[in-house]
This record gives sequence, structure tokens and C-alpha cells, in this order.
Amino acid sequence: MSAQQDSRPSMGKRIAYPAITLVVLVAVWSGSIHFLRIPDYLLPSPTQVVNAMYVGYVQGAYWPHFFFTLKSVVIGYLAGCTLAIACGILLAESPTFELFVYPYIVALQSMPKIAIAPLVIVWLGFGLESKVVMVALVCFFPLFINTAIGIKQANPQLIDVLRAFGASKAMIFRRVKLPGAAGHIFAGLQIGVVLALIGAVVAEFVASTQGLGHIIKAAAVDMQTNVMFAALISLAVLGVVGSQFLRWLHTRVVFWDRTASTAATQTQSE
Amino acid sequence: MASSGPGTVLEAQGLSLVYQTSRGPVTALQELDAALAPGEFLSVLGPSGCGKSTLLKLAAGLISPTQGRILLEGQAIDGPSGRVGVVFQQPALLPWSTVLENVLVPIRALGRDLAAGRKRALDLLKLVGLAEFATHYPGELSGGMQQRVAIARGLVHEPRILFLDEPFAALDAMTREHMTGELQRIWLATGCSVAFITHSIPEAVFLSDRIVVMSARPGRVVREVKVDLPRPRTIETMADARFNAQCTELRQLFQDLVIFE
Repeated sequence: MSAQQDSRPSMGKRIAYPAITLVVLVAVWSGSIHFLRIPDYLLPSPTQVVNAMYVGYVQGAYWPHFFFTLKSVVIGYLAGCTLAIACGILLAESPTFELFVYPYIVALQSMPKIAIAPLVIVWLGFGLESKVVMVALVCFFPLFINTAIGIKQANPQLIDVLRAFGASKAMIFRRVKLPGAAGHIFAGLQIGVVLALIGAVVAEFVASTQGLGHIIKAAAVDMQTNVMFAALISLAVLGVVGSQFLRWLHTRVVFWDRTASTAATQTQSE
Repeated sequence: MASSGPGTVLEAQGLSLVYQTSRGPVTALQELDAALAPGEFLSVLGPSGCGKSTLLKLAAGLISPTQGRILLEGQAIDGPSGRVGVVFQQPALLPWSTVLENVLVPIRALGRDLAAGRKRALDLLKLVGLAEFATHYPGELSGGMQQRVAIARGLVHEPRILFLDEPFAALDAMTREHMTGELQRIWLATGCSVAFITHSIPEAVFLSDRIVVMSARPGRVVREVKVDLPRPRTIETMADARFNAQCTELRQLFQDLVIFE
């Protein structure tokens, strides 16, 4: 791993090169609008997007929406992840529980979770509750499966060693299985961040009076593409910040596993 | 064949173990009789598949025999007890715990006094030459060092027997030779009984007071050999005529065993 780190480009390059890409993109973007005469209801100019961001975040019109989405994502994510880890542990540790629920888990896993969104709105209304539940629901499955797999794949040799020294089941779980599953759990948590945003936005699309998803939907009606762009950028920022935070946490917590972050990206692309 | 009585710490009596597999039953051990005297270094020497590792699992109480008995200080082993320390082929350390915490695993598992355990763990780490690595993680150590940690872990709860299953099999030849000498030193310092599973003839002759030779499938004792070389044995011992004679004798025996199959 260290050999790879040595060959990593310098900090300056890692900032400068993407910045150049941005400048080129913005130039092509404004150029095409100017020369191809693309109307702004199809594609806003960069200035119009910046203007929308100014109205949104400096004058403050988007903040309530931003926080509405953020709140539903954070609450839903925490609830969904807690439940997923608990259920994953239960599934891995109790063969009886697995027998009872396994076929339904497979069925639910193959179903697109966002299809439930209208039903959740019917049950819980237009407010925050339905968004939180949607977020929790979409975060749940990947982490649930990852937790169960991680615990089941615990190194049998380590378990044998602990058993040979007379360790209790609880100690084996705490000292071998749970830390052994940490890599898988963090991979599930990372996937969950992106899924959480999808869940929140979908729920807001279906029915909401607030949120970044609501802004996009409302702006679409008026063809205010610059507002849509501004909201999309906000969502991207939320996603990037969340993912990076989790990646950082992952390497901190699962410090013994140098391949941790690659494992996460692999699972994500599956 | 050593006889039963107060002079044994570990004793196998007509010990058989049959595994049920999808292709029918497989006899790993057949009517095995063997005994380990207090303070003795006993090697169990045999080809692959002679049920040597099964023997360790039986002694550790991880599995129960199909027939016969395995006695620890006169009592049948009915589960992991903490009276046996084990070292496996792989170091099998917890990668998320420090070296010290790894050595303390038996102390925690057995619910022993942690303060006393920590002191003993540090003493053992000093004995195996890893005193300054107590706060390191296993990933930062070489294979040989990791196996030393495993040996310290196997001894920390002051077991009556240290049972090692090919502990140096995964090490490179040079480290392996060094570790063989280290194991003798550690054994002489602690004075516990050692059962050492190996398929290296020179290793067995170098280390043992007595060698139990096993045949493969099913595992049976075919010969017992006493090694009377003076201790501590050194690199010079390996050049000793008696050492070589004993190695040759065992090699011949194995050749006959293979032809026999």
C-alpha cells in the first residue's frame, strides 16, 4: 500500500487538475449557450446558476429546504442503519430467525425500494415522517445484508482459538465477530449515504412541500432550470461531504484493514 | 508405551475419532494410546492427514472423541477448560487488538484477575523477546514475531500443557530454525509439559524428550522414540552423530510407512 501512496500525485496537482477540468467545463457550457443559442429554460448559463445559489443560500431562500432534506436524511440514515446492524447481527447469529425471514428478505431485496414511496406517503403524510421512513428503508437493506455476511464470514480460526481458551459466545462475538465484520459494515454505511439521499429526494418528489427534491420538482413546473441546477449542486455537496466523512471514519475505525476503502468501492459498484 | 498413573498430565486411552463427511465416515484417529509426563517435551510426528491436528482439538476440548478417552490429570476432558494452552499453525491473532491484548485473551476468556494476568503477559512477552512490542498491532509484526505472541498467549494462563500444532509450518526456513531454538529456551524457562505436533523430523529430534510417530489415515501410533541428547541443545547438537542417527532412523521408518500404504 505504501508504494502506491508514494506514487500518488502531489497535493497541488490534486487541486489544480480538477480545477482546470471545472474551468474547461464551465467554458464549454457558457460557450455552447452563447454560440448554439440554447434558451435558458433548457440550459441555464453558469451566471444564472450562481445567481440562483446566491438567492438560495446568501439571501437564504433554500436553507429551510436544505435543512428539511438534511434532517430527513440524517434521522432516517441513523434509524435505518441502527436497525440494519441489529437485524444483521440477529440474522447471522440466529439460524431460527434466518429460517423465518430469509425468503422475504430475498424478495424485498430484489424489489426496488423506492416503489414503496407512494405507499409511505399515504400512510405517513406529506411531512418529515414519510421522508425519514423512506430514507431508513433504502439504507436498511445493503447494510443489513453486509452486516450479516460480515459476521458470518468471521475467521473460523480466530473463533477456534478463543473457544480453545474457554471464551464465552458473548466474548467471541465482541472480540472476533463484530470487529471482523467492521469492514463490511462500513462498506454498507458508505453505500447507505448515497442511497439515503435518493430515498429523501424520491419521497419529496412523490409528495412534499419542502426539501431540495421539492425545489427541483417545483422548478421543473416553471422550467426554472437554474434553480434545478442549484438544488442538484446542493445534493451533490451533501453526498460528497457525507461519503467523505464516512470514508474517513472507516479508515479511522477499521485501522487494521488497509484494504478497507477498496472493499467499500467494490461493494458499491455491485 | 507410557502407562497410566500420577506420572502423566495428558493421556489418550484407545482414542478414536470418526468424522462424518458427505462421502461417508472418515477415521481420523484409531485407538490411539499416548501419554505426556509432567514437564516433558513430547513431539507427535507424522505425515499429513494422520489426524495430528484432530488430536489438538481433542486435547483443547473443542471436539469430543468418538471412542476412548482423553484424560487431563486423570479427568476426562469435556470442554475447553483453560488447563491447556494452544498454539495453531497460523498465529491467529486478533488484528484489531494490540499484542498485549492478544496475549490477555485467555485471561479474559477464563475470567482471571486482569492485573496479575497483565503482569504475567508482560513477563511472557519479555521471555519471547517482544517486550517493546506490547502496544503494537499484529499487522506490524513479522510472521515469526506473531507466532511468538501466539506462544505467549498459549502460556499466559499458566496451563498444565502447551499444545502446539505445527507452529512453525508457515514460517520461512531460517526463521523456523531460529524459532525451534527459541521454543526450547521458552520451554526450559517455564517448565510446563509440551505436546508438539510436527512433520519435520529434525525439528522433532532437536526439541523432544520423546517422539510419538503416527501413521496416516487412520492415525495410529506406530512407534515411540526416546531422545537422550543433552540439554540445552544447540546448533552443534544438529551436527552430533546421535542426532543424525536418530533422524535417519525416523526417515527410514517413514519410508517404510509410505511403502506400506
